[in-house]
Amino acid sequence: MAWLLAILETLLFIAAAPLLAGWIKRVKCRLQNRKAPSLFQPYRDLRKLYRKQPITPHSASWIFRAAPYIVFASTVLAAAFVPLVTVNLPTARIADVIVLVGFFALGRTFQVLAGMDIGTAFGGMGSSREMTISSMAEPAMLMAVFTLAMSAHTTNLSQAMNYVLDTGLVLRPSFVFALGGMMLVAVAETGRIPVDNPATHLELTMIHEAMILEYSGRWLALIEWASQIKLMLYGVLIANIFFPWGIAQDFSLQALGFGVAMIALKLAVLAVLLVLSEVLFAKMRIFRVQEYLSFAYLLSVLGMLSHIILEAARVHH
Amino acid sequence: MSITDLDLYGQAILLLAGLIALTSFLMLGQSRLVRLVVIFAMQGFLLAAATALAAGVLNYPHLYISAALSLVLKGIVIPFLLHRLIRRLGLHRVMDTIDHPARVMMAGASLVVFSYYVSLPVVAHSPLVTLNAIAVSLAVVLLGMLLMITRRQAVAHVVGFMSIENGLFFAAVVSTYGMPMVVELGVAFDVLVAAVVFGVFFFQISASIDSLNVDQLSKLSEVDK
Repeated sequence: MAWLLAILETLLFIAAAPLLAGWIKRVKCRLQNRKAPSLFQPYRDLRKLYRKQPITPHSASWIFRAAPYIVFASTVLAAAFVPLVTVNLPTARIADVIVLVGFFALGRTFQVLAGMDIGTAFGGMGSSREMTISSMAEPAMLMAVFTLAMSAHTTNLSQAMNYVLDTGLVLRPSFVFALGGMMLVAVAETGRIPVDNPATHLELTMIHEAMILEYSGRWLALIEWASQIKLMLYGVLIANIFFPWGIAQDFSLQALGFGVAMIALKLAVLAVLLVLSEVLFAKMRIFRVQEYLSFAYLLSVLGMLSHIILEAARVHH
Repeated sequence: MSITDLDLYGQAILLLAGLIALTSFLMLGQSRLVRLVVIFAMQGFLLAAATALAAGVLNYPHLYISAALSLVLKGIVIPFLLHRLIRRLGLHRVMDTIDHPARVMMAGASLVVFSYYVSLPVVAHSPLVTLNAIAVSLAVVLLGMLLMITRRQAVAHVVGFMSIENGLFFAAVVSTYGMPMVVELGVAFDVLVAAVVFGVFFFQISASIDSLNVDQLSKLSEVDK
């Protein structure tokens, strides 16, 4: 029963990711005074791409052909570990947040290899940029996660959420800092403005798009879908770790329904925040990304320090 | 005393303490003078909010006066004076160079750890709930000094000096429920006078060496360049 629920939850996760992308696009169009496409446009795009024939470049090796499947599979596995609607699922119990970061790294490695595999200038440039950014984003993310782990005494996501739910509303300085760090990392890792622009093929600024430039057909569909899932993954992580209220703690139908409604609401709000920041800020120069990410790292470190200094229990003599 | 044992107001004081430390770090990394002053004003606001909360939690009404004083002086008047000075001296476009930003940040983080270590024995001997924040206030003092060391612009030095005063004020609030009113009024007045005097100094410096970059002060004026 629990396993069935876990599989259903993962399927829901995968199925809802394009919807979130559609919602983000819709809000963004509204804010920019443009006419918005339908909420379900990402599904149509995926279907269209899936029907088309993929074309392999002459210089491509097996890595190029395998990469979309590996990227998609690792993202789906990562999605399986993150509690979406309910905690205490068996899938959440077998892996913790460090495994999650590992799955992200696996997917990214193959994406980068595929970008370099075809031997075009753009692929190599995108790959090198992606690796530069992720090498700075990953420590910041892990540091934020460790800050949480020190409060909750676990790196397991499900248990951490249970801990936050049990203690109720506590204004922890460390959580505020970790939240800030995590949001900055999420923006960088999912390739949104101000780090990368997902909507452009402008050669000098692109990072993610440069790596997947040679993909077409169903391979492109898989990669696009994977990046939509990844965006939703970061959203769910932020929403459920820092604001877990509403997530189902048992498997009753009522609690699950409430959980679905709450996570939808939280993601919708987070998406609006993301869009607001995208509309208000311009894309930054690639050489300034390092400053941005070191600020994220600083926030995470301050979170860790403020946990030790301000929150830890003291022994009175 | 763990944070879960405090009520929401106590937690909010600790949160504000964390944010005050963050503003100190932001000042450390900010090379534009106008933004530096804006962050300094934010620190003043946070300090006033923390003081007002402490007044409510500890039931010390005279802290409300301190909060109002720091709100008006450190949040509004002094930043306004500094901002006007920067405009008048034509420094609002100047980028102050920070030589090794990453190293400065790491030094800052080490200073926080150091002040935590130093304040451990103080905290261990007191039952006061807000005392955990004393390490933060010490860190704000040290970070202000670091800011003064790492910068060349005289305006940045003044901001560092003022933020040292912020740290001392915060230490007084969290450790001894604020200083006696007479002392506090005196200090507030002194800081205000200092801001005015520094302004006069700036004009003197920029008139004699044609810059506010203090590195220029080490050159002898008689020697031809």
